[in-house]
Amino acid sequence: MRDALSRVITGAASLLATACTAGFAAADNLPARDASSQVERGRYLAVLADCTGCHTAPGGESFAGGRPIETPFGKVVAANITPDRDTGIGNWTDEQFDVAVRLGRAADGSWLYPAMPYPYYTRMSKGEVLAIRAYLSSVAAVHHKVTSNQLPFPFDIRAGMRLWDAFYFNPGPFKPDPAKSAEWNRGAYLVNGPGHCAACHTPKTHLGGDRDHQTLQGYSVQGWFAPDITDSTTLGIGNWTATDVVAYLKSGHNRFAAASGPMGEEVTNSSSQMTDSDLAAIATFLKNVPGESVATRPLDSHAPVMMAGAAIYQDLCSACHNADGTGVAYLIPSLAGASSVASREPTSILRVVIHGAQSVATAHEPTGPAMPAFGWQLSDAQIAAVATYIRNSWGHAAPAIEASAVQKARKAAG
Amino acid sequence: MTARTLPRKDVVIVGLGWTGAIMANELAGAGLEVVAIERGPWRDTASTSAPNYVQDELRYRIRHELFLRPGQTTFTFRNKTNQTALPIRTWGAFMPGNGVGGGGLHWNAETWRFLPSDFVLRTHLTHRYGKRFLPADMTIQDWGITYDELEPHYDRFEYLCGTCGTAGNLRGKIQEGGNPFEGPRSRPYPNPPQQQPFSHTLFGKAAREMGYKAFPQPSGNMSREYTNPLGVRLGPCTYCGFCEWFVCANYSKASPQTTILPVLMRKQNFQLRDNSEVTQINTDSAGRRATGVTFVDANGETWEQPADLVILAAYTIFNIQLLLLSRIGKPYDPVANEGVIGRNFTHQTTSDVTSFFDRSKFIFNPFIASGSIGMAIDEFNGDNFDHGPHRFVGGGYMGQMQTSGRPIQTTPVPPGTPKWGAKWKAAVRDNYLSALKPGTGVHGSMYSYRDVYVDLDPTYRDRFGRPLARITIDFHENELKQNIFLTDKFAEIFKAMGAQQIVKEYRRGPYDITDYQTTHLCGGAIMGTDPKTSALNRYLQSWDVPNLFVMGASAFPQNAGYNPTDTVGALAYWAADAICTQYLKNPGPLVHA
Repeated sequence: MRDALSRVITGAASLLATACTAGFAAADNLPARDASSQVERGRYLAVLADCTGCHTAPGGESFAGGRPIETPFGKVVAANITPDRDTGIGNWTDEQFDVAVRLGRAADGSWLYPAMPYPYYTRMSKGEVLAIRAYLSSVAAVHHKVTSNQLPFPFDIRAGMRLWDAFYFNPGPFKPDPAKSAEWNRGAYLVNGPGHCAACHTPKTHLGGDRDHQTLQGYSVQGWFAPDITDSTTLGIGNWTATDVVAYLKSGHNRFAAASGPMGEEVTNSSSQMTDSDLAAIATFLKNVPGESVATRPLDSHAPVMMAGAAIYQDLCSACHNADGTGVAYLIPSLAGASSVASREPTSILRVVIHGAQSVATAHEPTGPAMPAFGWQLSDAQIAAVATYIRNSWGHAAPAIEASAVQKARKAAG
Repeated sequence: MTARTLPRKDVVIVGLGWTGAIMANELAGAGLEVVAIERGPWRDTASTSAPNYVQDELRYRIRHELFLRPGQTTFTFRNKTNQTALPIRTWGAFMPGNGVGGGGLHWNAETWRFLPSDFVLRTHLTHRYGKRFLPADMTIQDWGITYDELEPHYDRFEYLCGTCGTAGNLRGKIQEGGNPFEGPRSRPYPNPPQQQPFSHTLFGKAAREMGYKAFPQPSGNMSREYTNPLGVRLGPCTYCGFCEWFVCANYSKASPQTTILPVLMRKQNFQLRDNSEVTQINTDSAGRRATGVTFVDANGETWEQPADLVILAAYTIFNIQLLLLSRIGKPYDPVANEGVIGRNFTHQTTSDVTSFFDRSKFIFNPFIASGSIGMAIDEFNGDNFDHGPHRFVGGGYMGQMQTSGRPIQTTPVPPGTPKWGAKWKAAVRDNYLSALKPGTGVHGSMYSYRDVYVDLDPTYRDRFGRPLARITIDFHENELKQNIFLTDKFAEIFKAMGAQQIVKEYRRGPYDITDYQTTHLCGGAIMGTDPKTSALNRYLQSWDVPNLFVMGASAFPQNAGYNPTDTVGALAYWAADAICTQYLKNPGPLVHA
């Protein structure tokens, strides 16, 4: 057995990310936090804004940067935002920090790339941003030099962002809608502001700006399709109750779905640590985001590709997901009615079938079941057939997937 | 090689199977710093098994994917004390697991409680039949614990596992459809029984018509989705028939992986070292206190892990071997009938009946199955019947428990069929759907004897140069008589089911190390009331080294006619409770002999 490695696996190491995720057993043992302090307020705002998701590299020191963010234009590496004076932001003034977070300009006046979601963070108030600053000043300084801009020419010219901002950046704090409830307004602020949900879930223009008329209708990002989270019953999460939304964000799971990939990280680092009232506010807001419904008809179930897909599904998928696609609540995701299944772009379904997926484990849902990879077992045509079958069964309707799309997906995510 | 010393922990646990995981979760839950050291690799459902490759009989069943490799260690075997034991080079009669989850990962999940009389066996049998009824060399003992004391802990383990079944005795009231012989349960099973396929149903019907009380076997394969008290979720069983020897890919079989580890592995005061083998429990110079353990990692580096409390939670023979190698407790000497480590070693007495039915009338579809599927009767277990006329003691449950129709091994053919070739193939084809072979259909007890034991082999050594464990085991007349009686009774039920031809496969002596029975090795480090005849007190605490607790079936003074895991799990919770509520407040012996 000399080929085996002895490993040390600790509670912390088995989590996707270590910062602030002790789980409730451990969290209960922490000293009571003074909720009124500026640092604590900033800590919670940093949770809402999921700063750690980008600024803490997997296995790295908290907020010391180094995590590459894949964008359609190339790689941007998240900065070191610890108080280190040489490589972090220890030398920045509060004013400079506020300008960076809410206006997208670095301390030296250069433009930031919107991989840093300042177009959403701008909805925070200056006081909130300074609270985050106070919190970040309280964390350990880490000496770690990060070269953020790794974009190819011409995107590496930061001044280009001046033009981008003119097109897409609408600065200014959140303005409540007096016609709506306080809860809705809190949800709107969280979703559109610090939570920056649209950064992944809203379709983008060729220049990477939000398509405002398609807010939260889903977009392919980092090899996954961040699904439609509007209230559309055919494309979005219209079948979910507000309780389902809260359960999903808090635990990573609900009776229909399981979070994996980037959303699993979001649950770990951010939404699982939000207060129940903030999660309820997000649910209230999302349940009021109108979506599109499509009236397309599913493919004929007797079409050869559908019959092939049905046979593969019966053989390989139905033991867990059931013949009717319903899965097992909180354990095996339901494919029937899932917004990530019939999505405009089949990015996620292909990725998950080819490579499998590990769902997030949280204090509230510790099980963390996984979907096995089938890419080694099925040909491109077989994966295309079963994905087409799933996308055209149980009320779904979506165009057939070609084998060439599967081949592309293998390369993209591989 | 000099061992390097790691930072001290409150608790070190040797082995992360069922009992290691239970102990780790309880003691880490009590706030202690816990490290578990596991000889084999990390295993979880996602990385170890997937529904698109785990149903591979060749890889898992024939080639022993989940089991210890003979290169890691083995043991030596003989039937009699006057023979020379030889090392066993492939597993046969039992299957030691390798890696996180241990036997709890590859078991069938048959989840039985022992009878109240099993725990006070010598007292009970002597009282009923007189002292002279028992063979002179039979060394059965009382456990030092009663069923009633263990009941809350059985309950805890069953709710952890989501055990599926029909209660037969609820707080003393006998329930229709359950096992009327079982001890009183404080509440029903957490889940209803699994559905029974055709052959199992037919067995239950025939048994009832013969006057027996047939009931569904208690199962750790889920009849429906279940969330256990730790918040871990299991899914409904799909009856695929790949349970024992396999990992359940559907999260449907209770195992440490599907019930505890997701919670345990999140605890920041818990740490696991895998692929690391503990080679010794270290003690102080007087041998009265454990100071920790020594282990060797996969690179061959030796480490010392100091700890205040040591939990030995390996498989039966390796628990015994480690105690002997660490010189903890007096080694058992069968000649002098003295000493405790290695004493009262037992296994099981199983047998089977293969029956052939009219294939134009019976299509059993044997592949529809689960590891704990089956209808059973308990009339002939323990002391549920009068042994007086039969001149033996003990017994077992019996039932149609056929747990798979896997292609390589499910080839029952009538006697007289050639062993290979076209005629054999035709017979396999003709009988596959209409023959029944329950596997361990008769699940008999094996009681303990003076000349059945484990010690250290004088000749053969493992890869670290340590003596191998030597097993000396044979069947005694009592068990062989028991088996003939039970197998005959079992066959009568298949006859009543309408079988055209019945083949009785009695368990015969000598004990055969190559023929798989069960993995239920018991005893060798037994619990009891007297330090002269037991290694552990009633809390599984070493009489000799009070900061050492030894888990598992090695504590059973003899084996009952049931699968051991429910009792193993209950004893782990019982010991954990004693540690948390008594030992930690006042570390020292919990029982003064």
